[in-house]
Formats: sequence, structure tokens, C-alpha cells
Amino acid sequence: MENTQLATPETAKELGLLPEEFSRIKEILGRTPNFTELSIFSVMWSEHCSYKNSITWLKTLPKDGPRMLAKAGEENAGMVDLGDGIACVFKIESHNHPSALEPYQGAATGVGGINRDIFTMGARPIAQLNSLRFGDLSLDRTKWLVKGVVKGIGDYGNAFGIPTVGGELFFDECYNVNPLVNAMSAGIVKVGETVSATSYGVGNPVYIVGSATGKDGIHGAAFASKDITADSVNDLPAVQVGDPFQEKLLLEATLEVIQTGAVVGMQDMGAAGIICSNSEMSAKGEHGMRIDLDKVPMRQENMKPYEILLSESQERMLIVVEKGREEEVQAVFDKWDLNCVEIGQVTDTKRLEYYMNGELVADVPADDLVLGGGAPVYKREYREPAYYKEYQKFSIESVQEPEDLKAVAQHLLSHPNIASKRWVTQQYDSMVGTATMTTNRPCDAAVVSLKGTEKAIVLTVDCNSRYVNADPEKGCMIAVAEAARNITCAGGEPVAITNCLNFGNPYVPEVYWQFVGAIKGMGAACTKFETPVTGGNVSFYNQSTDDGPVFPTPTIGMLGVLDNVDDMMTADFKAEGDFIYLVGESVNDIASSQYLASFHKVAASPAPHFDLETEYATHQVIKQLIKERLIASAHDVADGGLFVTLFESANPNNLGFDIESDDSIRKDAFLFGEAQGRIVVSVKPENQEAFVELMATSETEFNYLGTVTNGSMLVDREQFGNIQDFKPVYDDVLHSILEE
Amino acid sequence: MPLNFNSFVAMKFGVVIFPGSNCDEDVIYVLQEIMQQEVVRLWHKDHDLQGADFIILPGGFSFGDYLRSGAIARFSPIMQEVIQFAAKGGYVMGICNGFQILAEAGLVPGALLHNETRKFICRNVHLKVETTNSLITSALDPSKALKIPVAHGEGNYFADEDTLKKLNDNDQILFRYCDEGGNVKSESNLNGSVQNIAGVCNESRTVFGMMPHPERAADSLLANQDGLGIFESILKVAHA
Repeated sequence: MENTQLATPETAKELGLLPEEFSRIKEILGRTPNFTELSIFSVMWSEHCSYKNSITWLKTLPKDGPRMLAKAGEENAGMVDLGDGIACVFKIESHNHPSALEPYQGAATGVGGINRDIFTMGARPIAQLNSLRFGDLSLDRTKWLVKGVVKGIGDYGNAFGIPTVGGELFFDECYNVNPLVNAMSAGIVKVGETVSATSYGVGNPVYIVGSATGKDGIHGAAFASKDITADSVNDLPAVQVGDPFQEKLLLEATLEVIQTGAVVGMQDMGAAGIICSNSEMSAKGEHGMRIDLDKVPMRQENMKPYEILLSESQERMLIVVEKGREEEVQAVFDKWDLNCVEIGQVTDTKRLEYYMNGELVADVPADDLVLGGGAPVYKREYREPAYYKEYQKFSIESVQEPEDLKAVAQHLLSHPNIASKRWVTQQYDSMVGTATMTTNRPCDAAVVSLKGTEKAIVLTVDCNSRYVNADPEKGCMIAVAEAARNITCAGGEPVAITNCLNFGNPYVPEVYWQFVGAIKGMGAACTKFETPVTGGNVSFYNQSTDDGPVFPTPTIGMLGVLDNVDDMMTADFKAEGDFIYLVGESVNDIASSQYLASFHKVAASPAPHFDLETEYATHQVIKQLIKERLIASAHDVADGGLFVTLFESANPNNLGFDIESDDSIRKDAFLFGEAQGRIVVSVKPENQEAFVELMATSETEFNYLGTVTNGSMLVDREQFGNIQDFKPVYDDVLHSILEE
Repeated sequence: MPLNFNSFVAMKFGVVIFPGSNCDEDVIYVLQEIMQQEVVRLWHKDHDLQGADFIILPGGFSFGDYLRSGAIARFSPIMQEVIQFAAKGGYVMGICNGFQILAEAGLVPGALLHNETRKFICRNVHLKVETTNSLITSALDPSKALKIPVAHGEGNYFADEDTLKKLNDNDQILFRYCDEGGNVKSESNLNGSVQNIAGVCNESRTVFGMMPHPERAADSLLANQDGLGIFESILKVAHA
């Protein structure tokens, strides 16, 4: 295809554009676009870049707050004020589609991309997390995906040198075809030393720095904007290849070049490559650019203009430099042995003009390409799926309580969704940076100290997609609440979230209904917890022709702050004889629990019990207990229910528990139900009186469960076994499945 | 026990920074902030050790380590100076990637192969102190296993029979992987290292290499200070 040949409606269709979108492009240009221009529009107007099917709803989310320095949509990532002149920049992003085809590179480049979003703003990444979802672990393909994704994340993150401090891992057959790979990064920057993704100042030079540009990842953004089919294998060139060593150099060089003060604006090259950074920076700065594509350092010969523009080669940045200060910038990149090439200049035309060997090959207005400018915005229709009402009809009475609850405990502790994730986590360097306070202290959230201050940031990623599937609105509220609960149990104050919205095909009304419900739930919960949504990413089309959509999975990445590291709280029981209490209400509920789903194999049930107001009040009580030093541990009741929570608190120090159940509810619901808003705390005998006094004055329900033992696990005086007996199973389940 | 800084021998440390080093700032933090020592950063392209008394090659992935860990770094300009410095009896310590570079440069015996599991391993391990007859172990208690993290993909120490015999005969083995109680067992050998070896020194006891990261176990904030004794040993701390 010649660069300047006029495009046809057929070509537009092939590039994924709707007929009305093609007409709109002709209107914007006042003529028929050539192939290069059409390619530009097709990627910039793809779902991945334009958020065309989600932005209407995303705009309803709360985004303001006293700590917000960069709100959703303003920069590459959200920025939150931590006090003392320090800010945290954080974001989560998906790399689902590439990981489904090439798990190793797909996951690795996901890590690379999210970190570039952080350091392109001038922040140094200090912690990474990830949220992974795969299909049935007994399938060979799932094992291949798990191994590849984990190795990809590890190899990239470890060499890049930023610790991976937390994450989640969940298996369900709905992810058999479409695994979800969501990567999060958080960085720290001094307030006032950040850089914006903007471009202005006529005549200022435009530089491309970092790796050379190749044909990898062309149309990656468009690839991420369609369902996965048997033909997806033909999209393999749409998967990029990562080089963590280049990324490390780029990080150091980028932070160093910012210190020169010569940088006007900067943006990393991720989805849709050069064209995306050119257009977004130009639109933001209300200027244009004239770019000579032949000056771009290339990995291979004979690259076409559209290939150069759309390439998603990794580890590259676009930098607009103040004219006259080119040498300072060049010196930094020379020091780090990185490419640094002037490819064009800023103009006042507000247009992007691309030349190849002196010939104009594309001329498009910057603003019309981008979200918030001329990119299309759609309101999609949505419809409640039939299953929703069916699920609501579930009653606990329809499930017979098993006689042998020990068998249930064994089933849960050896289930891959519950068991230790160390097979995964030990492949990640979780300690580099020597700030991970949770290495030697088990905790509901990751706590990373900010050296030179008394503060720490507290991070978690959470989403139980089974709940969201059962009830998108309530399920997504729970995801936010669980994240806040984890941060609170670590001693932190929740301050903001980033989200990764993984859904099926938005053109399916039932899928879009899930999306709308989740956004409503997220908005309500984030308003209640005063945690504004700072941005994130939407990943639609996690859907296959045969298996339908994945569970709606709005992953919540939450940032908390711990003003004084001495207030950190841990999840492990400390000593035999300490008292164990349950803060929050026991409910006769097993809906959507791991127990119901995998032991009884019942899928049709609503989301578990949850009340936003009660949940919020409970968190405030926990904060008070921590501040007044009245509890020795705090661990929330989540997947697997109370028994699993007790096990997880007892396990680290080889302790056990001796508890009484509540005879007003079924024992299986008491032990394995997943009613929300509950936290297990342990209390030293000398603090019991003060603890009870504080709790009694609060509105929050609490119950005495029992005491910490030296290893045996007893419920109503019935022996459930010794912690030592369960440990090998719990620790090695993933290893035995994946290394068989 | 509080550190008695008056009893330290003040030293000037030089920490080499290769492209891809990523534990450089961690070790500098321990030396500067916790041990209160002077540290200079030595850039890989330079030829000047800036008068440092003790050189540290930190952990990381020098030059990406795509070929073989440490294989390229050993040829960098600064390494030519480090090799000469070591030849004259200067103190050099390599941690993790630094150990791999020292082995590649022939400054310590043996080689670091891929972990037997073929996987990167990051976790706490226990180390048995095999000798106190070295600068970096002089203040350690051999009866106590040290809990210190590892984080490596290529930490499987290998040396041929003759070299092993020499290492043992000359008391050059500094640390072995052991269990919590200090027992050197095959179960505590996480990466396949021959004879559970985790750290060695050269024959003249001036160049030290170890895979575990003592700088990751030196700050009270991390709730594990088992690694601090190694830095105290270097500075010949007298416990008050």
C-alpha cells in the first residue's frame, strides 16, 4: 500500500473504523485521507486510545480531593500529595491481549509500559504490584500462560530494579481464553519537579530518545480493541518485545534530564507509539509539530511512514526541549549511551505534519485525534442479563451443610485461589530498594517506606470478580471496600485509587450493563471512602467467540498513606494466649464464596452480604484501635472466609487458634462464608479491658472468638488439625501443580 | 545493641555503578546513613577509584546480563582499575551481581551458574558463617545462623574439585546456605550451589563475593538486621 494513496471505505473497515467514523474523518480533513492518515485515525480512535465507549461513564466517577495534584485524564498517571513536599504518582494498566498470545513478552512489556507512565512524569517508581487472572489451572494452556506471565513480569521487573511488593492471583474457567494481566506502579516525586505531557513554544526541538523503532506492536492498540479469535495468532506482530535494561537506562536518563530544567514536556511511547505522544502532547499544549519520520532511529530498513508512526517498540520517550538547550539534553543521553535524536519542531499550526524524505505523507489536526478533542464518544445501550435475577433467587437453604467441615477447610487451604502464592512471589524481587516493610512482617497491604521521612505508602490491588459478576454494582463497591479495608488493616489511611476495568465486548448490551453497574458501584464506594479515582485503563473485548466474556473485573489499585511508620499494623498473631476478636458482624451467608463455588460447585448466587455505611464505620474503629495500640494484629476476612483468615494469621509464627462459633448462624457460613466488613484482631491480655471499652462505645459489632494457641486449630473444641500439618499443603499447592 | 561509632575505623567506600546496577543505592544507604561512612560513586566509564579504601560491586543486572551475568561488566574501564587495586591487596567485595562480576574477572574462584530450578529466587535464606578469619566476617558469631535475603537467577556456585579442595583447605569459604538452626543440609541449598556455598574470598583474603544481600538486612525499619554484622566486621566494630 502506498503511503499517500487515497483510502477507501473498505480499507477503513479493515482498520476497524465504523462507516460513520470514516465519514467523520473526511469531514475533519475536508478531503479523503490517505492510507497513512487513515491508520493514524484508526489507532487514535481505537477503544484503547480514545475510551470512546467508556468515557461517558468514567466521567461520573469522583475525581476531586484535597490531595489531588493531577486528576484523572490530566496526565499519564494520577498524582497525590503525601505532605512534606512529596507526591505519589501511581497507575494500573492492563496487558491482557498481548499476554493471551505471548505471555512472556506480553506481561513483560505491560510492566515496562506502566513504569514509563510513572517516570515520564518525573517520579521514580518505588513499588510495583500486579493482578493476574487465569483459567482452569488443570489445563496445559493455563499452566503455560501462568509460567510465561510470571516469568515475564519477573524478568522485566527484577532487571528494572523496582520491587514487586504485592498483587493478587485468581483462577476461574471464565479466563480460559482471556487471561487478565494488570500491572501497577507507584513512584515518588518532589512536588514542583514533575513534567507534563505537553508541547509548546514554536521552534522548540522535538526529540525521540531511547530504543530504536521497529515493526513490533504495529496496530497493538487496535488489536487490544477486538475479541480474541482463532485468527488472533495472525496478530502476533502486534505484540511488542521488552528490554528491561534499556528501560532502566531510560529511567535514569529521564530523571536526570528533568533536572536540567530544559524539558518543556515529555511523554512515553506506549500504545499507538509516536502518533499518540505527538497528538496528545500537541493537543494539550495547543500547538502543532512538523516531524521528519526518516530521522527516527530504526531497527529495520524500509519501514513505511505508518509503521514508524504506529510502532509500539518499547523503551522510547518523546521530549520537547527548550530551544538553545539541546546540548544539555544530548549530554545526559550520551552519558547513558541512549539514542537522542531531533526529529522535528513545534509549530503554531495545531496540526501534525509528517514528512518522509522531504515528502509530506500525512497532515492531520492534533486535537481531532484525541480523547476530549475530536475522538468519537458513544453512549452504548445496555440491558440487564437474564442470569442476574436468577442469581438473586439463591437461598442458603438450598445447600446442605456438610457433615465434615474439616474436609472443607482442607479443600479451601489447598485451593489455588486461597493457598500460598509463594511459587509466584518468590520469582519477583520484592526487596530491592530496601524499603519494603512487609518483607518480614505479614500485612494485608504492602507498606513501602519513604526514606528520609517518617512516612510510608500503603498499596493494594483488589477485586473479587465472582462478586462483580453476581452483582456488578455491589461487587465493585466491595472491591473498593476491600482495598480500603486492607489499607486500614495495615495502619494506613486510604487516599486514592486507580482502576483497571477489564470487561467483555462493549457492543454486547449485557456486557455493557456489567460495566455501567461496576462504575456506579465504584463511584458510590469511592465517594464514601473519599478516595478519588485518579485514572487507570479500560480493557474491553476480553471475550472469545466460544466462551463469551470474562467475569467483569474492575481491578482496584488503592494508595494509602502511613504518616508515621510506627503506626504500621501487621496481620500475624504474635503470641499464645492472646485473645482473638471478630470486629464486624457474622452473617448467615455463603453467597459467592469460594466455598460455595468450588466445594459445592454452585455458581448461581448473589454477591455476599455488604453494607457500605457499616463497612466504613468499621474501618474508622480499626484505625482508632491501631492508633491507641490496643490490638496486636488485624487481618480482614476475605476469600475463604473466617477459617482461612485465622489460618493466615496463625501460620507465619507457627501459632494456632481455639475459637467458639456463633450458634445463631450455620457453622459453614460462620467459618467459610464471605460476608463483608469483618476483621479478625488479636489483643494482648493486658489490653483486653481497654479494647472492650473502646469497642463498646462504638457502633460496630464485635465478638469474642477465642485465644491464640501454640499450633492447634480448634473450633468449638473440635480439633481441625495442627498448623504444621496444613503448612506444606498450603505452601506447595501451586508448586505441585505447576512443576509436575 | 547500639552501634558504637567511636570504635569504627573510618573508611572511604567506593561503590561501582554499572549501567543496570540496581542495588547501588541500597548499599550506599547502609554505608552512609547507618554506618556513617564516606562513600564515593564510581561510574563504570571512569578510570579513577577516587582514593577509596574498600570497593563494593553492588547487585543488579549490569549491562542487562543478557549474555552471562557479569560477563560484559568485567571489561568496563572501572573494572580494569578494580582489578589492579585488588592485585595490590586492596579490599573488594561483590554482592550478588557483584559476586558474578568478580568471578567473571577471576578475582575470586568459581563461577555462578543458573539456579537449579531455572527460576529467579527472592526470599530470606539462612547462612552459616564458616570462618571469622576474613575482614567481612570477623565480628560475626559462627554459632548463629544469619537470616539474609537472596534475589538471583544465577547464584548456583560452581567450582571444580581441585578448587574446592583449595577453598576448604585455605578456609576461603565464608558462608554456606543452612537451615534456621545453622545446619548445612541439602534442603537448605536453594539454588544448587556446590557444597551449599554462598560466599567465598580469594586466597589472600582481600576480595570477597557473596550471593545474599546483607544490605537488605541492615535497617531496623525492615525488621531484620542480621546483615549489619558484615558491615560492622568491615569497620572492626568493638561492641560496647
